[in-house]
Amino acid sequence: MAQYLLSVASTEADYVGVDYSSPEIQQMFADTGAFNDRLQAEGHWVFAGGLTNLADATVVDATGTEPVVTDGPFAETKEFLGGFWIIDVPDLDTALKLAADGSKACQGKVEVRPFQSEPS
Amino acid sequence: MVASLARRFGDLDIAEDAAGEALVVALERWPADGIPPNPGGWLTTTATRRAIDRIRRENQRDAKHQAAVMIADPTPHEPTGHVEDDRLRLVFTCCHPALAPEARVALTLRLLGGLTVAEIARAFLVPETTMAQRITRAKAKIKAARIPFRVPDADDVTDRLGAVLAVVYLVFNEGYLSGAGADPLRSDLSDEAIRLGRLLRQLLPDDGEVAGLLALMLLADARSASRVAGGELVTLGEQDRSGWDRDRIAEGHALVRECLARVAGGGRAPGRYQLLAAVNAVHTDAPDARSTDWGQVLRLYDQLLAIEPTAIVALNRAVAVAEVDGPSVALALVDGLDLDGYHAWHATRADLLRRLGRAAEARSAYDAALAATDNPAESAYLARRRAQLAR
Repeated sequence: MAQYLLSVASTEADYVGVDYSSPEIQQMFADTGAFNDRLQAEGHWVFAGGLTNLADATVVDATGTEPVVTDGPFAETKEFLGGFWIIDVPDLDTALKLAADGSKACQGKVEVRPFQSEPS
Repeated sequence: MVASLARRFGDLDIAEDAAGEALVVALERWPADGIPPNPGGWLTTTATRRAIDRIRRENQRDAKHQAAVMIADPTPHEPTGHVEDDRLRLVFTCCHPALAPEARVALTLRLLGGLTVAEIARAFLVPETTMAQRITRAKAKIKAARIPFRVPDADDVTDRLGAVLAVVYLVFNEGYLSGAGADPLRSDLSDEAIRLGRLLRQLLPDDGEVAGLLALMLLADARSASRVAGGELVTLGEQDRSGWDRDRIAEGHALVRECLARVAGGGRAPGRYQLLAAVNAVHTDAPDARSTDWGQVLRLYDQLLAIEPTAIVALNRAVAVAEVDGPSVALALVDGLDLDGYHAWHATRADLLRRLGRAAEARSAYDAALAATDNPAESAYLARRRAQLAR
């Protein structure tokens, strides 16, 4: 088995001025919840979560002598990480299928990246 | 052999290197010791040992465990059934949609076609280092992202097979369309594509599109000797049909008949390769250009346009319309297509305008076509046609 990070691309529009009571958003929440339940039932679930807006990010850099704390993300980009799943599956084909279902559920593009395997 | 080792070890680099090393050992030993009674088995056994040695070297801690699993692997690798299954797995891995299209082509030629990196680089006109990098990167992704060595499930196989067939057809066209007398290596590419097509056909004998693609390539390739004369492209209508390869045509026709029978017997509706093969069968069935059944060609393009509604298909259909309904009907269709950067669009317009006696407009269309093509044989043809226009 191998673990993959499925990250969901978001933009500012996903956070600002969203009507959470709209049927589309409600449907998206319901579909994403159902997808999460399925991941757990099928034994693929490792962890998942949704993130707040990029404006809430803080960068900490302790590569120098003293840690430096800066407001904001690594870099200002139009698309950024909005949420993610970590799944445990046999191979990429299974990961891509789940990514397609996840993308449909949360209505966002999903990037699939393998985790480095355990150093042996 | 690479395919069977790759399945066994789940690693293309190890499989390829081990196969290579086994060949070197064979070249050293066989002349002295004589060829073993089962050369294929000898090579596979030697390569397997080499691969296990390498895994041991690279992965000391895990080596004993892994080697034990492999030596204990009860899968026999002798019967051809298994070899074929492994090659099929390898095709699907090389043409996996998670790999960049140009990497799929390169990997397929390298691992299934057995071409060297230098040969592939030359055929696609890129530096050898670029091609080597492309292949290395693709292999690294297969390993790190765990692209499986597996034939896809029944509900995915059609989509995935589409990607495989697209790679083979691209290799064929790379050799066929640009091969006009230039680099001989490029006609090797169409031969290689036909070989891959035959392999797929052997592996998937019941698939109509696999048969269709092989038929399409055979019927197109059968005409290759007549396509260029004196450095100039010869159009289908003007080709010397006695120069066509009759064996390839017979083989292609038999495949098309088989496809028709499968569809008539309740099989799936024909896809693009079967329809294009059928178009080519109509052309190669006509003893001369005038007796071509253009009505049949047009009906086939109608079907193709229904499943693949692209401007390129519409352009090819318009060529058949010109023969059935006349050049002015066809010109109206062609003018409605947004293909301004495509040399064949300009060349088709030029020919239709020429046939309608609109010489001045034809001349500028020939100029646009000449500006849009790099192929010397096609340029020679277009220039001659342009010069023949009435003043």
